Amino acid sequence: MGNNGVYSGVNKSGQKIVSPDYLLFEAPREKVFMTGSEAVKEAVRRASVDASVSYPITPQSEAAHLIGELWVEGYVGVYFRGESEFGVMSEVAGCSMAGARIITTTSGPGTLRAMENFPMWAGSRLPIQLVLMARGVNSPLSIQPDNLEISFLLDTGVMIWHAENAQELFDMILAGFVVAEKTDVHVPIITAIDGFFISHTRESIMIPPEDIALPPYNPYMSPTPIIDAEIAPGRYIKDPFVMKSNYISYATHASWQWEVRAAIERSRPYAKHYLRGLVEEYGDPEAELVFVASGTAASQAKEATRLLLDEGIKAKVVKVKSIRPFPHQELLEATKTAKYIIVPEFNIIGWLEREVRAAFYGKSNATIIGTPRVAGGMTMPPEIIYRDALKVLGKEVSYVL
Amino acid sequence: MSFNIYKVNEELRDFMPPEILELEEKATWGNPKRGVMDLPYAKELLEEHSLCAGCPESDAFRYILASLPNPEDTIIVNSTGCTSLVFPHIALHTVHSLFGNQNAVASGIKRVLEYRFPNKVKDVVVLAGDGATVDIGLDCTLQSFFRQEKITTICYDNEVYANTGGQESGLTVKGHVFKMAPKGKQWDKVPMWQLAIDSGCHYVVRMTVSSPRRVEQAVKKAIYVAREVGPTYIHLYTPCILEIGRNSDEGLEEMKLGDKERFAFFEYMTPQAEEVIKRKKEEGLI
Ligand SMILES: Cc1ncc(C[n+]2csc(CCOP(=O)(O)OP(=O)(O)O)c2C)c(N)n1
Ligand code: SF4
Ligand SMILES: [Mg+2]
Repeated sequence: MGNNGVYSGVNKSGQKIVSPDYLLFEAPREKVFMTGSEAVKEAVRRASVDASVSYPITPQSEAAHLIGELWVEGYVGVYFRGESEFGVMSEVAGCSMAGARIITTTSGPGTLRAMENFPMWAGSRLPIQLVLMARGVNSPLSIQPDNLEISFLLDTGVMIWHAENAQELFDMILAGFVVAEKTDVHVPIITAIDGFFISHTRESIMIPPEDIALPPYNPYMSPTPIIDAEIAPGRYIKDPFVMKSNYISYATHASWQWEVRAAIERSRPYAKHYLRGLVEEYGDPEAELVFVASGTAASQAKEATRLLLDEGIKAKVVKVKSIRPFPHQELLEATKTAKYIIVPEFNIIGWLEREVRAAFYGKSNATIIGTPRVAGGMTMPPEIIYRDALKVLGKEVSYVL
Repeated sequence: MSFNIYKVNEELRDFMPPEILELEEKATWGNPKRGVMDLPYAKELLEEHSLCAGCPESDAFRYILASLPNPEDTIIVNSTGCTSLVFPHIALHTVHSLFGNQNAVASGIKRVLEYRFPNKVKDVVVLAGDGATVDIGLDCTLQSFFRQEKITTICYDNEVYANTGGQESGLTVKGHVFKMAPKGKQWDKVPMWQLAIDSGCHYVVRMTVSSPRRVEQAVKKAIYVAREVGPTYIHLYTPCILEIGRNSDEGLEEMKLGDKERFAFFEYMTPQAEEVIKRKKEEGLI
């Protein structure tokens, strides 16, 4: 590292290479007013990205178009439209196996169409980044915000982070590459947002200059060899194909699955550093009423704590930034004073509530209530969270909705 | 050339299994004129195999691997099936990822290798069964042709899903009784070689693997054309002797029958491909 955290040299796009810490924490930032999709573009511009493959689906299409513009501008090396999300997620797997830093984007039905690829990415130890702009899942067809699809991804062996707003998405995309590419981690990273709410609305965000960028990906730091015929061993199959009928093969397969999960666990200290914690606390530190939320539900819960304060009720929000790995310890710590834990979510099944219950079972006496459940594109006014909280506390709902 | 990665670390030489030492000493690296005539003398890139005894797929593997013009910089992408059990035995960088996504994975690999190594030739070859290529993977196969990906696709057509126990595939002939077609297949064999032509392949060949020399020619032509022009496709009849009730010494006979009927040698090339092939012949490389 040289002066000002500046690594020596430039990347293939001619940007000055700086350390991840400098880019994320130290570089001067300028305020810009942009959509979440544009924030994706600006993050990718500063991420020394080698390749991206796209496929249209609302609401992620614009972000994918903008990455295409970066390719035209010379910031991304390889870019094309694939045939389907199944094809795209296999194409990005190929790009990653061949040694590229790669990013792609999808939403809802696209995520489900691509599904078989995600455990393959994880098992192949590919640090692919997928920006997931969550939307409803068929049927009925819906393009509206709804993050049900995240629940399908929870056990695929990938890291999952959930951004609350465009600023967090911008920072998470940069941090995502850094953490996912650590040799002792090296698994895929999904950076999720709630579609439309974040992708299509404008907000002020702070971004570093565009002439600096992350250090390029070094594929030879991968814990398993890259497929480029440049690194030993010469006889190497990605992935170790262990489908032989004997106990050594079975044990190998089982231990590899453990290893993928262990790799996600090893991301904790890095993620903690680059995300400034796996959870974020807001509101009264001693509150008995605690909202645990992720994504835009956390923003709405923050608003609800203000309404509750008007009634003299102290509350706090613990925002979960990382869903995989799940911050059990941090959550228990942050809810020590809680009597009631309310989990508001933008999906019908309450996957975060399930996670919280599993984490708290036998470890906390707080009552856990999953409410409200908003889905299909409906909005979650803070008044609804406020109303449900008052009901939980057995108080009269005086606020006029 | 990357054959350095086959050089054995001196400190470890004493511990290396003989087949790894032989790869360094006796395999043909850095010689584009290598071919099936080397088979009796040179170290093969296939270390035994796990197919049924006498399976013609094993012949195909040996001939193809002996014919790659640039093995030290060749990557093979495979799919699930009988073939996939062979890949851990192949002394190259190879990939097995999912069943049917092989041409998509290969597209990503080829494009990134071109970007990372603009001054090196890196050949990417797909090698998969008929179920993988034509049924479950047809979309990815054809789309890679449409996109003009510079890869060579080789289909081992055994006219059946062999690895899962003998089910009808799109390449089974009409009327044949297999599992899942207990009344006999109701529709015609898919003419995949024709689809490859219509979808933009620049060199297409349909043949059996009864003649090693002919396989060598086809592989070399297909790889040279893919390097310079665009997608190429090799359709090989590798009968599943197990599922059609042939003995392990009858594969060749079955293929020779195939040579006379539905796998009669057929070759197609575009004018650009023809130009490359002519030049490579003049250079003595085909
Ligand atoms: C998504 C998916 N569907 C089905 C299978 C099961 N499967 C594995 S191998 C195979 C048959 C392969 O047939 P083919 O491609 O013709 O190769 P062969 O075994 O005949 O050489 C099937 C159906 C699978 N592995 N993955
Ligand atoms: S099942 Fe058929 S295709 Fe598979 S190895 Fe045996 S003979 Fe070959
Ligand atoms: Mg078959």
